[in-house]
Amino acid sequence: MMTTLIETKDLTITFGGHIAVDGVTIAVPKNHFKSIIGPNGAGKTTFFNLLSGQLSPSKGSILFNGKDITKFTPTKRTREGIGRSFQITNVFPNLTVLENVRLAVQSQRGLRYTMFSHFKKYKDFETKSIDWLKLVLLDEKKDSLAKNLAHGEKRKLEIAMLLALETEVLLLDEPTAGMSLEEVPAILEVIKKIKEQGNRTIILIEHKMDMILDLSDSVMVLFNGRLLADGTPNEIMQNELVQSAYLGGLHDE
Amino acid sequence: MKWTYNNRANAIYFIIAAFLLLLPFVHDSRSLFILLTQVFIFSIFAMSYDLLLGFTGIVSFGHAMYFGIGAYAIGVFMKRYEPTNLNFVLAILTTILLTAIISFFVGLLTLRLKSHFYAMLTLSLSGLFLVLAEKWRTLTYGNDGFTFRVPEILKDRTDFYFICLICMIAVFLILSRFTNSPVGRVLQAIRENEQRTESLGYQVLHYKIIASIISGIFAGIAGILYAVSLRFVNTSVFALDITLDALLMTIIGGVGTLVGAIIGAGLIEFAHHWLTALAKEHWIFERWIIFFGIIYILAVMFFPLGIVGTLKSINWKRRKKPDVKKEEKLAG
Repeated sequence: MMTTLIETKDLTITFGGHIAVDGVTIAVPKNHFKSIIGPNGAGKTTFFNLLSGQLSPSKGSILFNGKDITKFTPTKRTREGIGRSFQITNVFPNLTVLENVRLAVQSQRGLRYTMFSHFKKYKDFETKSIDWLKLVLLDEKKDSLAKNLAHGEKRKLEIAMLLALETEVLLLDEPTAGMSLEEVPAILEVIKKIKEQGNRTIILIEHKMDMILDLSDSVMVLFNGRLLADGTPNEIMQNELVQSAYLGGLHDE
Repeated sequence: MKWTYNNRANAIYFIIAAFLLLLPFVHDSRSLFILLTQVFIFSIFAMSYDLLLGFTGIVSFGHAMYFGIGAYAIGVFMKRYEPTNLNFVLAILTTILLTAIISFFVGLLTLRLKSHFYAMLTLSLSGLFLVLAEKWRTLTYGNDGFTFRVPEILKDRTDFYFICLICMIAVFLILSRFTNSPVGRVLQAIRENEQRTESLGYQVLHYKIIASIISGIFAGIAGILYAVSLRFVNTSVFALDITLDALLMTIIGGVGTLVGAIIGAGLIEFAHHWLTALAKEHWIFERWIIFFGIIYILAVMFFPLGIVGTLKSINWKRRKKPDVKKEEKLAG
């Protein structure tokens, strides 16, 4: 149970003179649920971009299943089993909702270079896509263009696309950001369901701390790019450093 | 709903194709057939360009190089060797091989160069071919070009009309199949959001190369037909005008729709024909390119989706309107 799946060692990235992520070393066990919290500009999303390969670190390394993946492209990491969703909604605007998810399913099934058969031939891709859309309560919108969705719906689509990849690791970047309050529980429900299946490792960035505390196995706190604390939700709640960071009392020297 | 719409579209295509196939039997105007043959040839060229521009979102200003390679391949083969059917086939194979190799490397360059940088690079590459065609006098006879004889089967204008029409229909069918294949869908995803396509686990570069090669080969075939229709080839086949024609045709017809490329090609070729005919009436029509410039600006400003795209969006809005309202209510 406690085999480590993702590990970062002294992970650092600098933009010009600014150190966005500063020597973060963590280890995430298999099937673990980890949340990353921290104030704005703490480097949470940058840390995610390092994990998913959108950015490559200035220093340090990332291990996945014991394999060094520091130099892997995002495509390769997805195929290895690290999928992510984006905080800034990142879908295919002029394609239908169904097509957005179908592309993810197609990738998951490894159908990459088939040129001369019609895409509708793969009927099960579509049924599977609709299943995913149902899970995130978006199946009624399957024929709309993605750009015509409301913001919260785009977030749901984003999650459906990530789930459709069926990767071992799910990196969720503020999945509920920008959703209306009524929609949030549904999405949390989806995340809870995936967690209960018990075969996924989830790393999640969230602003609304209270919502994810009972879901998380552990919580890590980033502050000015540094790992401030890492522990069970309870430990984090009681951590004075964290409290002052969130209340704004802590200043970097 | 969607099915009936598709069926209606297919029926219209079928009727038009049948009409064009039967036309030579009921009508007998040489100049019209020559004009229509040009339309078919440029339709193939424009569709191949649309695969890059409209489906994959790659802007290339060097598409004329494939066109020119095809034109020169057939010209050189027919001039140097006997104009037999075998040599004709060899010329086609040479074109396919050459365009495939070159478009492979040009496709590779999309890895490093994005949007306008890539456009500039392809522009200079096709310029390179233009210079090559000018300077390699022993093979190309320089700027003046050369005439050549064509195999027996291509001699008759009506037969050639059928050959071009069938080629166009075949290219249309192949490309509509291709754009609706799993690979084709990924191409459209790349056009929409390259980064996201990558993080879905697709190797974006591979797809761009595939699109580049297929588009290059069809452009080369269009070049072959073009040279055969004139029985003459000179450096103008490598000129920027050829690429600009394709750009104009796809944009006016509708980016990202194969039918749009055909309609655009027809419109431009016919407009070209009529405008130059009007030159007898007034000198300004000799500068017909001025009118194309104006049409182009107006099209980009008022119909950025092109003819087919605009028609589609009107249809779509009408059907979806109730939906949009519902959405607004929900949001409110």
